[in-house]
Amino acid sequence: MAEVLYVAQTVVIVLLIVVPLLLGVAYLTYAERKVIGAMQLRQGPMTVGPWGLLQPLADGLKLFLKETVVPSGANRGIFILAPMVTFILALIGWAVIPFGDGLVLADINVGVLYLFAISSLGVYGIIMAGWASNSRYAFLGALRSSAQMVSYEISIGLIIISVLLTAGSLNLSAIVRAQEGLWFVIPHFPMFMLFLASMLAETNRHPFDLPEDEASLVTGYNVEYSSMAFALFFLGEYANMILMAAICSILFLGGWLAPFGFVPFTWIPGPIWFILKICAVLFIFIWARATLPRYRYDQLMRLGWKVFLPLSLLWVVVTSGVLVAFDLLPR
Amino acid sequence: MASLDRVARTLLWQELVTGFAMTLRYMFKRKVTLNYPYEKGPLGPRFRGEHALRRYPNGEERCIACKLCEAVCPAQAITIESEPRADGSRRTTRYDIDMVKCIYCGFCEEACPVDAIVEGPNYEFAAQTREELYYNKEKLLANGDRWEKEIAANLAADAPYR
Repeated sequence: MAEVLYVAQTVVIVLLIVVPLLLGVAYLTYAERKVIGAMQLRQGPMTVGPWGLLQPLADGLKLFLKETVVPSGANRGIFILAPMVTFILALIGWAVIPFGDGLVLADINVGVLYLFAISSLGVYGIIMAGWASNSRYAFLGALRSSAQMVSYEISIGLIIISVLLTAGSLNLSAIVRAQEGLWFVIPHFPMFMLFLASMLAETNRHPFDLPEDEASLVTGYNVEYSSMAFALFFLGEYANMILMAAICSILFLGGWLAPFGFVPFTWIPGPIWFILKICAVLFIFIWARATLPRYRYDQLMRLGWKVFLPLSLLWVVVTSGVLVAFDLLPR
Repeated sequence: MASLDRVARTLLWQELVTGFAMTLRYMFKRKVTLNYPYEKGPLGPRFRGEHALRRYPNGEERCIACKLCEAVCPAQAITIESEPRADGSRRTTRYDIDMVKCIYCGFCEEACPVDAIVEGPNYEFAAQTREELYYNKEKLLANGDRWEKEIAANLAADAPYR
């Protein structure tokens, strides 16, 4: 009986996380089109519903009603499996994200490692899609994507290490609590900027969206996909963006903490602050897309290996040095 | 000093900051897009849209089958056949415009001595099939009846410059 209750409770919590997340994904695409439109002096979607607010639903319906085409040369099993892998991996990372003090599905002590493992596995969905499509564009896109994600994961790992040294824990809730008084964005500001850039590369977003470089690869690894399979890739990509934004706000922007510890700010509950921070980071994602041109592939690799990697490594050394020298190590 | 300046600009991400500030500024600018099916731009009185054959106020059709429009049409989109009517006046029995051939140059309305064929202000006559765009005399006269008010106003507004 107790087990049944536990399972039922977990399922309800999972739904409470996943349903708003998928709605968030839908409206992230809407926000992206509106914001980029505004930055290009356009209005963005305006026709479906007031201010085009029902546009994501119309898009979803359209994708849902289309025919799923499996290319004759494709490896059928893997071809169908790949979008599911991408989508599921984008969702299960949310298990360890704390939305407020104690508001977390799985409060595990290795939360950061778990997230890191999940985001590394994300490469598999893409490389499976590229391989199984049996198409040159898709394959090249998948190769680029995996090389890029692997490269930038290293600098992300080193950036996280600096944060972990300061927080003294791998538990995400503990990391947030360690930021009471001073968010890590202030002492680790250069790393925050590096993290933002690596985050863009990790989620294959502008200006690092070479895997779906329209000019040379059509759309990269998902060229051959249509209908719901394509929708799953799309949802996965945007859910990943939101996940990275959440990780960024937990590591640097104090998660659910209010910006100041006194009255008008503490009235607003933690989850609201957390969502506001996620939105702010997502705005940076979209803003970058409207502002920056795409990198060349060798420039992308140079930036990852020759700039970000040494800088983040140096920062790990400096952080540990300062922490030891001034006896600031967290107990 | 110049190299120091350059290094400082790179380290402070000067170009990135300028670029991002630019897009942010544009985000709050007034949007110039016309929300087309709901908002439309203004049209001049000389706008050359869908063709129409006009009638006199007493209901008599203006066209006298002089075939000047057919002769002047550079795309050869107009086909006219004519016969004397019972009362002895010369009238068209057939007046076709192939709207797919037409290049909307307006020569037909310039050539017309009686202001019968005109290009009206309507530009929303897209069709699903090519056949729907082969206009005959009936369709053109119906257009004339439908748009007469706008066409007459446009002709009057443009009259001083003719």
